[in-house]
Amino acid sequence: MLGLNKKDTSLFLIVVALTVFAPFILNPFPVGSDLAQFNAGYPDLMQRFLIFGIFAIGFNILFGLTGYLSFGHAAFLGVGSYAGVWMMKLLTMNVVPAILVSVVVAGLFSLLVGWISLRRSGIYFSILTLAFAQMSFALAYSVLTPITGGETGLQLSLSDPRVFGVSATPQGSIPLTNFFGLEMRDSAELALGGWLFTFNAGYYLCAVLMLAAFYVAIRIFRSPFGMMLKAVKSNQQRMQYTGLNPKPYTLAAFVISGMYAGLAGGLMVSMDPLAGAERMFWTASGEVVLMTILGGAGTLIGPVLGAGFIKYMENIVSKINEGILHTWFGFLPDGLEDFVVAVFYPFVGKGWHLTLGIMFMLVVIFLPGGIVEGGQRIARLFRRRPARAHERSVGAPSSSAAE
Amino acid sequence: MGILEVKNVNKSFGGLKALREVNLDVAEGSVHAIIGPNGAGKSTLLNTLIAKLTPDTGSVTFDGRPLIGMTPHQINQIGVARVFQTPEIFGELSLLENVMIPAFARRDGAFGLHAWNQVVAERDIRDRAMSLLADLKLDGKAHVEAQHLSRGDKRRLELAMCLVQEPKLLLLDEPTAGMSRADTNRTIELLKEIAKRGITMVVIEHDMHVVFSLAQKISVLAQGAIIAEDLPENIKGNPKVQEAYLGGAHL
Repeated sequence: MLGLNKKDTSLFLIVVALTVFAPFILNPFPVGSDLAQFNAGYPDLMQRFLIFGIFAIGFNILFGLTGYLSFGHAAFLGVGSYAGVWMMKLLTMNVVPAILVSVVVAGLFSLLVGWISLRRSGIYFSILTLAFAQMSFALAYSVLTPITGGETGLQLSLSDPRVFGVSATPQGSIPLTNFFGLEMRDSAELALGGWLFTFNAGYYLCAVLMLAAFYVAIRIFRSPFGMMLKAVKSNQQRMQYTGLNPKPYTLAAFVISGMYAGLAGGLMVSMDPLAGAERMFWTASGEVVLMTILGGAGTLIGPVLGAGFIKYMENIVSKINEGILHTWFGFLPDGLEDFVVAVFYPFVGKGWHLTLGIMFMLVVIFLPGGIVEGGQRIARLFRRRPARAHERSVGAPSSSAAE
Repeated sequence: MGILEVKNVNKSFGGLKALREVNLDVAEGSVHAIIGPNGAGKSTLLNTLIAKLTPDTGSVTFDGRPLIGMTPHQINQIGVARVFQTPEIFGELSLLENVMIPAFARRDGAFGLHAWNQVVAERDIRDRAMSLLADLKLDGKAHVEAQHLSRGDKRRLELAMCLVQEPKLLLLDEPTAGMSRADTNRTIELLKEIAKRGITMVVIEHDMHVVFSLAQKISVLAQGAIIAEDLPENIKGNPKVQEAYLGGAHL
């Protein structure tokens, strides 16, 4: 289907189903229950899952296939964000031009950065990309303030021209981002028993674009171009003596992944029209590296899983505070309760980075293929068991006969 | 006028003169062997042909075109393929992919942005790659990762990668090193087969059995200089060659 093989088609369909039904899947606990704080099915977070999923899918096209580790990809996301907000300031609050221009501008910027950085490989390439990103961050924060809004970030204002829209609504407020009139904030709610599910317009716009981005990534992975990118990672020497020029291949991968980052940036401002320089900070670039490796670099679904995992930790685990821990362990005797809470406390709330760091170390050491490899190992375990059970059942009649 | 002409090539590494005034004239469609003791500069000479090294002075022309100044991929694109002394393959990719990549390079040139069509739909390339693998008795392992092959199989894979491109000139750096006698004989037969198709070959080889069964002409390299260039039967009896190559013993 769709020009994909059977396995990829089923993977794609699973991702489609998960994305469409995410408002249900991510809200397993009834409102008001103790576990409701683990619900991730609210629009803001669900949008972030998808946006960072796009970012990581694109990053994986570069890092997973060619092995070039860019440490400055957040710069493209940031540039995309600024471009998107400018479209909303100048043209219209419709998100379509914002998203398109974000992709194009990030693509052009990545062409420049890639053209220079790809003169080197390995650690030097990583450092060059990092330098570019930090340079962009510093510029956005200082001298480029007229374009980027500096420290406060780039915001919409009532005096923006918006030539194809309105500067202000009749009520005198800034108009909202929309997709041909459908406001990104619009949500439909469905209450079922104790559960409340939210279906948000912005989320579904992100979903459509994420699925498109994922589909394109699958096609790239299975194309001759994707094969060449794997060749870049495997043996550039052999490539050259085989008549292939690795440079344009790597640059194309770099620009494609930059465009994915731009798309993520454009979507971010379409959901919340504000762009800040901190989006380009090196920790943001590092985060997408973590997502990709944690999920499984070079796999199709890995980066999406990694993005979801990290964003879940960041938004859910970080909200567990001391008080919540006390209610969980309240059943223990007082002294023991304090002790257990003291043990867990560093790993939750503001300490969620510690949990993430440990998870990351464990994955890199024991599961170099990331969450995907973990899943494959579990699947293999289950596949082997039924096989053995089958052998036993085949052997059973003879043994029972012997008895 | 040969298809490959090397004229007065010199190359030094620091104080070491690796190549001194080397001249080579390889006739089209012939098999030309380069022999010589270890460290004589044989691999260095091949490296100057494919722009892995740039000679200090001298010229290299292939098919009437100067090769110096060209990039490795440009040289391959005009019809020069090489098998390395230590096999250079795509270890993480399957054998089939290893052979498909050079086939794509031949069809699409040094860069082709085919990001939308799918590899499975490229039947022609796939069939060509499979038939090459079959020629080299590697088709049973088409979906194995190349890094898991034995050394001999890696060599044959590399040969398949070169042959799928139908090169005009094939450079072979010790194609039978590390092979058993049986494998060596099979490779000789294979190379003879390739020679019959009119592909010019330059072979570096230590195994005299291989050299004398294949070569129409032999150049002897010692300490970076060509000390003899002749027909195989004349090389055997050349006292200078015996002196340089085997310290006076008979070949």
